[in-house]
Amino acid sequence: MATKSKTSGSASTLERRGLTDEQLVGILRTMLMHRRLEGRGFELNRQGKIPFASAGEGHEAVQAGAAMAFERGKDILVPYYRDLGLDIGIGLSPLEVLLSLFARVADHSGGRQFPHHYASKKLGLYSISSVLAAQLPHAVGAAYALKYRKETGRAVLATVGDGATSEGEWHESMNFAAIHKLPIVFLCENNEWAISTPLAKQMANPNIYERAEGYGMPGVQINGFDPIACYAAVKEAMDRARTGGGPTFIEAKCYRFLAHTTDDDDRTYRSREEVAERRKQDPVPTFERLLVEHGVLTAEGLEDLKRSVLAEANEATDRAESMPYPAPHDLYTNVYADSYQPWR
Amino acid sequence: MAVTAGSKVLNNVEAVRETLYEAMKSDDRTIILGEDVGARGNVFLITKDFINEFGPERVIDTPIAEASIVGIAVGMAMEGLRPIAEIQFADFIYPAFNQIVGEAAKTRYRSNGEYTCPLVIRTPYGGGVRGALSHSVSIEALFYHVPGLKIVAPAFPADVKGLLNAAIDDPDPVLFLEHKKTYRLIKGEVPEGHYTIPIGKANVIKEGRQLTVVSYGLYVHWALEAANQLENEGMSVEVIDLRSIRPMDRTTILNSVEKTRKLLIIHEDNKFGGIGAEISAMVAEEALFSLDAPIRRLAAPDVPAMGYAEPLEHEYMSSPAQMADAMRELVKF
Repeated sequence: MATKSKTSGSASTLERRGLTDEQLVGILRTMLMHRRLEGRGFELNRQGKIPFASAGEGHEAVQAGAAMAFERGKDILVPYYRDLGLDIGIGLSPLEVLLSLFARVADHSGGRQFPHHYASKKLGLYSISSVLAAQLPHAVGAAYALKYRKETGRAVLATVGDGATSEGEWHESMNFAAIHKLPIVFLCENNEWAISTPLAKQMANPNIYERAEGYGMPGVQINGFDPIACYAAVKEAMDRARTGGGPTFIEAKCYRFLAHTTDDDDRTYRSREEVAERRKQDPVPTFERLLVEHGVLTAEGLEDLKRSVLAEANEATDRAESMPYPAPHDLYTNVYADSYQPWR
Repeated sequence: MAVTAGSKVLNNVEAVRETLYEAMKSDDRTIILGEDVGARGNVFLITKDFINEFGPERVIDTPIAEASIVGIAVGMAMEGLRPIAEIQFADFIYPAFNQIVGEAAKTRYRSNGEYTCPLVIRTPYGGGVRGALSHSVSIEALFYHVPGLKIVAPAFPADVKGLLNAAIDDPDPVLFLEHKKTYRLIKGEVPEGHYTIPIGKANVIKEGRQLTVVSYGLYVHWALEAANQLENEGMSVEVIDLRSIRPMDRTTILNSVEKTRKLLIIHEDNKFGGIGAEISAMVAEEALFSLDAPIRRLAAPDVPAMGYAEPLEHEYMSSPAQMADAMRELVKF
């Protein structure tokens, strides 16, 4: 059941996998916005305006492709903290992202959560902690609820990095989902690094997708730098989940170009040569070229797209920065449903 | 036992069973999941035959994986179901610690109310049943530090039903602790039909003038036995059954201490960092000058567990006679 999926996009070919021009440009726009907003987080941190930002450069293709396979208003996304591209790909706005970075009161968590830990019922976006794989049982429980209520046509997309596949709850969730043939897709964004720990120290078999067969579900490995291949694999798996076909595990091989977060220094554990070599495969300029070369976008159209992304990011930054922090008394709300007087 | 109209006599295990049955009957969002809850009907037969009546979709025999039993229930709750997760013995709850403390208890808070976690986690706890290290523990002190979580530990069958109903109806996660030695030992009248007892309200089960005793679980029964014995000796002891550990009913405790001016806290869990420590600190902060004697705690020694051998179990636990001695000393102070 474990299969490797063919890469569908290269400079010489464009396999659309059913995607329209508009959808292809939509994927590129999500990738550009993802990169722009994450860069903005680092800039704001270096300017001393925000305490922290995390990085997902290298994850743009897999996330934008997967997001295109997500049906808004129906599906549920249970992401992890490095999924900014997925979050905006399913409808989270740049302003919501900046509110999170600036920890403003209008942020989804009211300025409580670390950046990129969103919660939006409207988008079907689940609330997460930073504990790896802890969100997977929640995704499985949500998928169980969909199946129990016979809500076919809906499925759960749950994501992790390679590091989280070492957690017990990863195993427990895969196992339970397979036993009950739940409508869920597990997407692993394998960027080869768990902060400073390389894949070889995380697992003896680097092909994570091969584990799926042991749980009794299909396992697929895809090129995580190819957004169209990622879209196609996630779409196929989500369609199967939505129609009673049970879970799928997808491993998307990508790479983390930057340090783990603004507080990390990756020069202490990996060489600049390695990073530079992998940068040559950078999915963002590669996909830009692909769409221009195949006439999906003109060169001017691409520049317009980049300008509009920058303008939107700038506007979101200014607006979010001008908005207020939570008030000290906001610390006390939403502990319980009923009014709560904490001991102090 | 004379039975009031509209009531019947049940033991604690029957009270749990009846409450769960009525919850399953009245709301098809209710799902029970845990180890051996289906075909086996739970190791204490609490859910016996439920799977036949309600089906395997609603009575789920899970793999042996406590973290995901709770974690999957969290996801069900976030998605609108009303899961009741069972941890077969409280001693097995440690793998689920993060799901309870880091996830369930913080879902409402971290999403600023966007998502909630109406979840009940039931588990049998406590000793006196020759359960040794891994079938005897008290876990309440490990969890009562956690805002966002509610913890209930009833002692009487009527409270079991009323508080379990309240826990099931509650919009937030509730850890529901059932003392396994009381399961078949303790019988009492239980009203028929649906009723709730508010979580966070203690119950003065015996009024008295000279000493306040606060306890919960099995020891409530033994403390009551000891207090009644002292009554025959001419001493008047008030006994409070805490019933809920979080939120804690400070008012009932403080009102009683203001009246009796002496406080004894009795619990099965070990003393250091136990529930009694918080009650002591609270009374010292709020009512020190009402006290006529030092606050006293009767609790287990600070060792890892009660042993399997009978003398080790006895040494760990407090007996009704030891409780009576502690009460006498304090009344005479």
